[in-house]
Amino acid sequence: MIETEAGTKASSAPARGAVPAIRLRGVSAGYGDLLALDRIDLDVPTGSLLAVIGPNGAGKSTLLKVIAGLLEARTGTIEVLGARPGIAARRVAYVPQAEAVDWEFPVTVGEVVMMGRVPRIGILRGPGTADRAAVDHALATVGMAAAVERQIGALSGGQRRRVFLARALASEPDLYLLDEPVTGVDATTQEDLMDVLEAEAKAGRTVVATTHDLACAAHRFQEAALVNRRIVATGPAKDLVLDQRLLAETYGGHVVVLPDLAGGALILDDAHHHDEAAGGERHYHEDGRS
Amino acid sequence: MSLVDFVTGPMAYGFMQRGLVAAILVGVVCAVMGTFVVLKGLAFIGDAVSHAAFPGLVIAYLLGIPLYVGAAAAAVLTALAIGAVSRRGGLRFDTAVGVLFAGTFALGILLFSTIRNYVADLFSYLLGNVLGIATEDLVQIALLGVIVLAVLYVLRKELLYSTFDPAGAAASGLPVNRLEYLLLGLLGVTIVVSIQAVGIIMVVAMLVTPAATAQLLVVRFGRMLSLAVWVAVVSAVSGLYLSYYLNVASGASIVLVETALFGAALVFSPRRGLLARRHHEPTGAAVAPGA
Repeated sequence: MIETEAGTKASSAPARGAVPAIRLRGVSAGYGDLLALDRIDLDVPTGSLLAVIGPNGAGKSTLLKVIAGLLEARTGTIEVLGARPGIAARRVAYVPQAEAVDWEFPVTVGEVVMMGRVPRIGILRGPGTADRAAVDHALATVGMAAAVERQIGALSGGQRRRVFLARALASEPDLYLLDEPVTGVDATTQEDLMDVLEAEAKAGRTVVATTHDLACAAHRFQEAALVNRRIVATGPAKDLVLDQRLLAETYGGHVVVLPDLAGGALILDDAHHHDEAAGGERHYHEDGRS
Repeated sequence: MSLVDFVTGPMAYGFMQRGLVAAILVGVVCAVMGTFVVLKGLAFIGDAVSHAAFPGLVIAYLLGIPLYVGAAAAAVLTALAIGAVSRRGGLRFDTAVGVLFAGTFALGILLFSTIRNYVADLFSYLLGNVLGIATEDLVQIALLGVIVLAVLYVLRKELLYSTFDPAGAAASGLPVNRLEYLLLGLLGVTIVVSIQAVGIIMVVAMLVTPAATAQLLVVRFGRMLSLAVWVAVVSAVSGLYLSYYLNVASGASIVLVETALFGAALVFSPRRGLLARRHHEPTGAAVAPGA
């Protein structure tokens, strides 16, 4: 069932996994004078595959940062894997937006994925056999085993997303926090990455990913949360994405949903609408450099 | 003059021997520290910290305590203050650094102007005098340099991760803030170690130029680090010989050799050089195979 903000909160019994991986109550957060999230409640059951959907500046990235412990909430309580944010950090893998990474940085694909092992290896020690095996396995899972020696800047946008997902996999987390993991990648890459995330969720890990792509959210995610400074609705991804009223509320009228011939829906998503007033998130277009 | 004479001639003098050792030591420490400085974009901070060492030197002189101590205190304090300013915000970061940079240096000049007699020591810190380095200075440089290198070596994988992706590293539990303060503190120490050799004004070149040259040529962190060290060592040795035979300033000679090597890399780098770009427009750098 779809649960809207006005709806009943008591009936939010999670379908999968009794223990919530993430539990937010009355969480507000922002930057300077900007309030990006306004008193948010959210429960993410363990094993969920959750899409966080909303326009630019809606607070999607802020939501991930608050959960990851990168940004302190101004109000409210947050539980991540049963503790305050940041306490269970080694069980959390956070992948930033592609725009947040310096692609000229002199590291190879293998070195980037090994970074996922650094907290486990610990200080004063080098990577061991288990670490190398985890890196190899993660690279094979995302189909990038052959690129291990290449510099990350020499990869295409889709390959870069694959490598960053491999870094997350290599850290063997219980919770994935992924900021736009399939934005700006080709259809094959999108399907491959979603296959990997689906498998992780099936194995009992929790996956939370922001996305602009309503079609992908509808087809590949179980659950969704519509966000625009507050939670507009949570529920099965398919139902939310086909609900014109909720989408209009989330996007403020900047989205059009048309029924298509196959009985589904054709979604015209205004992903490039810039809401300057809510400029808490920066959004860049693919610059075509690679 | 034979080649042997050319090489061994200057080394007949103790000040040249000490100068060579000091230049190499400083070059190596700066190149390693500089690799992090370049990748983290701390060049401007490095310049600010080195200028902030000046009031520390003058105050130490006025108080009659060792100049090194004053410089170190001022440099490390400024580095940490910059770290704190960068967290608070309200101003653009480079603006805040610029204000601090000019203010601290002005304080140094003001205090300097109160000293009536000519102070050669203080001047040598402004412009550097690698040939005036005494044996006990050399011991100090070596000791502090080894400490900086050891800390960077021990924490290399944590520093690399938090430099490349601070958000990802912090979310996975690395103490990214503390690592950043540590790096700034080490930067302060590195600068203090270096200013006696190359001077406050040129130390930023020793930090940035070898690492920047290396980044143009290689694509792996480890190789960038070792190439930066080679650039620094070659520049230190050849710069010192140049200064001896041409009878020109030693610190400036070293920095100019580094600058020339950077210029050569900028033009001839097979991946990112200006010549390579002409052939591979528009995406030459991005599609070239990794080394």
